[in-house]
Amino acid sequence: MAVYNLNAPLTDEDVARLHAGDVVYLTGTIYTARDAAHKRLIDSLDKGEELPFELQGAVIYYVGPAPAPPGCAIGAAGPTTSGRMDVYAPRLHSLGVKASIGKGKRTDEVREALKKYTGVYFGATGGAGALLSQRIEAAEVIAYEELGPEAIRKLTVRDFPLLVVNDCHGGEQYAKPAYDL
Amino acid sequence: MRTISASDIHDTVRDMIMDACRLLNPEVEEALQKGYEAEESESAREVLKQLLDNAELARNTKLPLCQDTGVAIFFVEFGEDLKISDGSLTDILNRAMVEGYDKGFLRKSLCHPLTRKNTGDNTPAVIHTELVPGDGLKIRFMPKGGGSENMSKIAMLKPAQGWAGIKDFVIRTMAEAGPNPCPPTVVGVGIGGTFDLAPTLAKEALFRPIGTPNPDPELDAMEKELLGAINELGIGPMGLGGKTTSLDVKIEMHPCHIASLPVAVNVQCHSHRTREVEI
Repeated sequence: MAVYNLNAPLTDEDVARLHAGDVVYLTGTIYTARDAAHKRLIDSLDKGEELPFELQGAVIYYVGPAPAPPGCAIGAAGPTTSGRMDVYAPRLHSLGVKASIGKGKRTDEVREALKKYTGVYFGATGGAGALLSQRIEAAEVIAYEELGPEAIRKLTVRDFPLLVVNDCHGGEQYAKPAYDL
Repeated sequence: MRTISASDIHDTVRDMIMDACRLLNPEVEEALQKGYEAEESESAREVLKQLLDNAELARNTKLPLCQDTGVAIFFVEFGEDLKISDGSLTDILNRAMVEGYDKGFLRKSLCHPLTRKNTGDNTPAVIHTELVPGDGLKIRFMPKGGGSENMSKIAMLKPAQGWAGIKDFVIRTMAEAGPNPCPPTVVGVGIGGTFDLAPTLAKEALFRPIGTPNPDPELDAMEKELLGAINELGIGPMGLGGKTTSLDVKIEMHPCHIASLPVAVNVQCHSHRTREVEI
């Protein structure tokens, strides 16, 4: 297990050296998107419209933050369950997205896309929304404001604590349950 | 007949909503601390440490524990000799909820099922009401997050499957859930009743605090057996492996039809937010 300090957006070289179980402290610009925003992004791609942010090297954080109390950049902001975005993720990786941040299992299709397009899936601690919000220095809604908590936000993060769950070499960090599923 | 006013209920409910989302229940914090001390793997310990730090931070700020402040669920016991002078219970609970979610910086998470348009104020609350003898009013509140709720299941088992079938269904449900519902989880199990009652029993079971044994010794033994089996799965905190997959299992049981054996599993995340007041 290694510990890395990385800057977002990410490069192929950044991603290629990561292995499941590594700890990453991420600094830089990332974008929030969950169910409704993903649907809009994919609809825009289908229509050939310009997207609200540059996909090349992008890190997408699956989060719908709570409202910011006075004096805070953002409210509680922990990860949501990633599996609901599995249907969209391979296409976004094929267009340059390097990483997603969430919690929970990914499908075989997503894991294959990480290998094919040199991507990585980071886990953040689910339910630690107050704590994680402290590593977000700025938040700005850049698209789909009408979606409320599901709007796309540009976040400036500093030393955001992550664990490599699925790497681009086929590695996975989740424990396999002792049950024959 | 006792008469109370809407304002007697409103502020109390509003405040308990904000507290539930921000202040981790002491018995939950204690269970997470015990898990932290018992775990040997670095990743399990790191997750539990972050959750304990998160609880402390939320306690000392205006931030909720988790951004998913859920669907507002109420279980109400309403005395038959009680009257609210100036409003309906449903309206009062919804108004108090809207104010609590606004003032508490809580996320509004409800939407139209098909258009996915957010209702904007977290309405409507889900309210289970039971008429009971007397003039009391007991209100229990649980904000329920989507990640854990999505991992919940119901099965209509055959009576011949009995306890072995129930046990397998519960363990399989938790094995399939894996890291998704934010383990360490709390597991509510409803056994019996009907297709609609079993999940309600499972949810209501979650209100019994962690560490409080089931008053029925037979159910208590079943809860301990299920908890042991779930923790043998090795899923661990946030699915990264370890001993602490669930903090507790809670069972409620009810008679069922001679043809049926309904079983429901309501999965709850480690924030396990619940509150109760009597007015």
